[in-house]
Amino acid sequence: MEQQVEKILETRELNVNMGPQHPATHGVLRLVLDIDGETIVKVTPYVGYLHRGIEKLGESLTYFQGLPLTDRLDYVSAMSNNIGYVVAVEKLFGIEPPERAKFIRTIVGEMSRISNHLLWLATHALDIGAMTVFLYCFREREWILDLFEMICGARLTVTYPRVGGVRNDVPQEFLDSLYKFTEEFPTRIPEYETLIDKNRIWLKRTVGIGVISAEEAINWGLTGPTLRGSGVQYDIRKHTPYDAYDKVDFEVPIGTNCDTYDRYRCRMHELRQSNKIIKQCLEKLPPGPVMADTPKFTLPPKDKMMPITHPTKEHAYYIDEKVCKGCGMCLRACPAKAIAGEKKKPHKIDQTICSQCANCLVVCKFKGLKIVPGGKGLSEDKLKELAAFPLPEEITKAAEHLVEHFTFIKRGPRAPEGEIYVATEVPKGELGFYFVSDGSGKPYRMRIRAPSFIHAGALPRLCVGHLVADVIANIGTIDIVLGECDR
Amino acid sequence: MTIDTLINIGINIGITIINIAIVFAVAMLHVAYATYFERKVIGHMQVRLGPMRVGPHGLLQPFADGLKLFFKEDIIPEDADKPVFYIAPIIFLVAALVSLAVIPYYQGFVIADINIGILFIFAMSSLGAYGIVISGWSSNSKYAFLGGLRSAAQVISYEIAMGLSLVGVMIMAGSLNLTEIVNAQHESPYGMFAIPQIIGFVVFVIAAVAETNRTPFDLPEAESELVAGYFVEYSGFRFALFFLGEYIGMFIMSSLAAVCFLGGWTIPKFVTNVLPFLTYVPGIIWFLIKVYAFIFFFYWIRATVPRYRYDQLMAIGWKILIPVALVNILVTGLVKILL
Amino acid sequence: MAVIEVRMQPTYKRMEPLEIAEKIKESFPMDVVEVTSFRDQVSIIVKKDNIVDICRYLHDDPNLSFDHLQDLCGADYLGKKEPRFEVVYNLYSIKYRNSIRVKAQVPEDDPRIRTVTSIWAGANWHERECFDMFGIKFKGHPDLRRILLPEDWEGYPLRKDYPLEGPEKEWSGFADAIETAKKYREFDWEG
Repeated sequence: MEQQVEKILETRELNVNMGPQHPATHGVLRLVLDIDGETIVKVTPYVGYLHRGIEKLGESLTYFQGLPLTDRLDYVSAMSNNIGYVVAVEKLFGIEPPERAKFIRTIVGEMSRISNHLLWLATHALDIGAMTVFLYCFREREWILDLFEMICGARLTVTYPRVGGVRNDVPQEFLDSLYKFTEEFPTRIPEYETLIDKNRIWLKRTVGIGVISAEEAINWGLTGPTLRGSGVQYDIRKHTPYDAYDKVDFEVPIGTNCDTYDRYRCRMHELRQSNKIIKQCLEKLPPGPVMADTPKFTLPPKDKMMPITHPTKEHAYYIDEKVCKGCGMCLRACPAKAIAGEKKKPHKIDQTICSQCANCLVVCKFKGLKIVPGGKGLSEDKLKELAAFPLPEEITKAAEHLVEHFTFIKRGPRAPEGEIYVATEVPKGELGFYFVSDGSGKPYRMRIRAPSFIHAGALPRLCVGHLVADVIANIGTIDIVLGECDR
Repeated sequence: MTIDTLINIGINIGITIINIAIVFAVAMLHVAYATYFERKVIGHMQVRLGPMRVGPHGLLQPFADGLKLFFKEDIIPEDADKPVFYIAPIIFLVAALVSLAVIPYYQGFVIADINIGILFIFAMSSLGAYGIVISGWSSNSKYAFLGGLRSAAQVISYEIAMGLSLVGVMIMAGSLNLTEIVNAQHESPYGMFAIPQIIGFVVFVIAAVAETNRTPFDLPEAESELVAGYFVEYSGFRFALFFLGEYIGMFIMSSLAAVCFLGGWTIPKFVTNVLPFLTYVPGIIWFLIKVYAFIFFFYWIRATVPRYRYDQLMAIGWKILIPVALVNILVTGLVKILL
Repeated sequence: MAVIEVRMQPTYKRMEPLEIAEKIKESFPMDVVEVTSFRDQVSIIVKKDNIVDICRYLHDDPNLSFDHLQDLCGADYLGKKEPRFEVVYNLYSIKYRNSIRVKAQVPEDDPRIRTVTSIWAGANWHERECFDMFGIKFKGHPDLRRILLPEDWEGYPLRKDYPLEGPEKEWSGFADAIETAKKYREFDWEG
């Protein structure tokens, strides 16, 4: 009889599918929870819903073309990803950016850290139910995004740093506004803290949740504030300084209790430290160029090509019939379809359609294209006559640069053969790039060590034994973005 | 039975129906604007503006929302237990609405002046829990199910604490009739029971927040854990019924607080003694001020604090609120006997 | 509950990476195939058979203490190197601030290697990803499934012979999704 009752009253764990569409999984993370009442028995994370094959794509793109892909990894701190990528590629190339560029990169990297931590705090607090913190954080984050827009025109996917420096120098109004931000921001942090820092409910929800000891945290490969909350002194900015981190003075916050609350405190301290770094960088910002002058690895400045590409210089292009082999390269390259001709016979440019884009000039392998300065609107015979004269030095130089530029973009800078792993401290943890170069313009293997991926892997370790509500707190505390996790 | 008595009954019924219609319409209007009020209050607390687009300062927003919900498609899950699924929001709303009948809005205006007003409200709010539980069950969704379970446990636990917190008021007033409670307060030296019954009042406020599923006790509908809790599968007008029911519940709780602790439509005598012109202000105004102050307090809490965890919520209910309320009853009873 | 801010100072002198390579060579003379160095980073190419022992030695030796597995990934050298695959372990010692790279050779005809999850718990997902992308099987792994791609995906995308545009045959799940979409397009939404 008893056995029968037991059979009828068999208890089972409830199997709840959390995600991939769920308000608190920070994207498309899917967790399958086995719960006994409200207690978690087992957590199985499923990732890959945002997999775009960035590593495979990177292998088919040049080192320059790979840069925008990194924006799409951790899209809430795109700037830091860009910096991680360019620092790795620079080390592979063996080039050093100029001092000013290093400082600018440190500034924007720390801005990105602030904006990331603000978003993290906002969503973490919202997940636990504190709604107002969310909007307070967004107020400051908006300011930073506006500053990003000021320097590069984009707010989220910035692609501002470049291999060998940064895209362009920062405007003065950016520096002014940023300075004002660094003055004001320390007074804003207590605003968030008054709402949650000593709030009994917040303490009840975070203290003692997701405890992971220092040894175990290292063993699981956790990095960044998630690891430092457990009291491990591991910060790549200090261990292997890159950019200008060895020239600024800052401290690294370390937790002692290894729980969600300590990780929260660590990040709050990091906000202050980042602010301090930005302030120092602004004070120390040296003058000078922002791109390294290494012709083999970085793009030549655009003004060197100005004599050719500037539209006010009214050039004409003329195909030398004696040299032209009729290969058809210029024919295919012409965007205006101004070049006509049959195969293996000299081609001809229709001067009325020609837009002076110089595409034919750079693709011609036989140097059969001649530039005729000021030749726009002249007759065919006149052009033929003028083309025989030697060109001014300014224009030949510019033409050389243009051709260089073209091959550079087309083929990419030839990296030395070798392999390299370079890690940088992004807001989420350690972002590593592992490049294998075979000496061509494209990486033979590009590997991204994404902190979110590893942190998501440790989620079952943090959640089991807690309640359903703590899963949310734990997802928040490890600070993951699924774009980076799935790559 | 003469024709006269029949006519009298008919007139009475007619008056009652008119009263019901008035209360219903006014309550609905208040509910509509309570949502607007909430969005504005919380918006300004969160450095934003709240609704601004529909009408001047977004004043027509509640109507726009209502219209939208009304015309939305009513999606019913394929595997739902359909009859139960249909009836759940109606139970929830009706249970909330019926409670409006026993609340005295001002001197002499109450639809049903019954002797067990407080008990009736408790009964109805417990009945509302059925709406939640069966909506969670019939949706055939795990999130709704968990939400329903949480809600059942929460409402039952906090019902006890709330009931016990009001026992002190009953002892002091010597009645369960809400009108008499208000009159008793007016006669008492403090003018309102919130002062002598301060412990009971605090317990009542906390329990009322939990009873209406508001932050920090909004676990049944915790959007970050259970998406939307028990009504996750509801859409369109059925969702609107839940929404309305919840806000009416909030009104009931605020009214109960105003009636039982803050003196209902009256103002304490020591105030009118100092400022005699205040007696000319109609009672309904005082009542509404008290109710809205209480509702504002609900919003204020929502904008400030995070959410409790489930076990912590239960611990507060059983380990703190209920013992405190019992001690309050004991003390009140002793004082009543001894004095 | 206290969070302290620290000024990090290196506590030990960094060991030269080549020195570490020498130590490994001494301990495992039969396994080390080659030691290469590029931009101060040293790679030790080893045979796959003793990879767990090598890793355990690197992790447990008190003078090395490579406690942090920075990265574990695969690499495919189709037509460039023999054996074809490599599993790359980037190791770091938080205590001594040393780093080293260990690369285990995995042949094409037997793409199997022992797991290091017993040493670094964090290797779990790395190895799953490596299996997912290169088809290298990790013996003794607790839960070796595909991680980023669907369970029934065919082929291993990061292999060099896998086309960049994707396979010619669509993934079966994609066809299912289209089928479902078609089914619901005809659904009568009136009722």
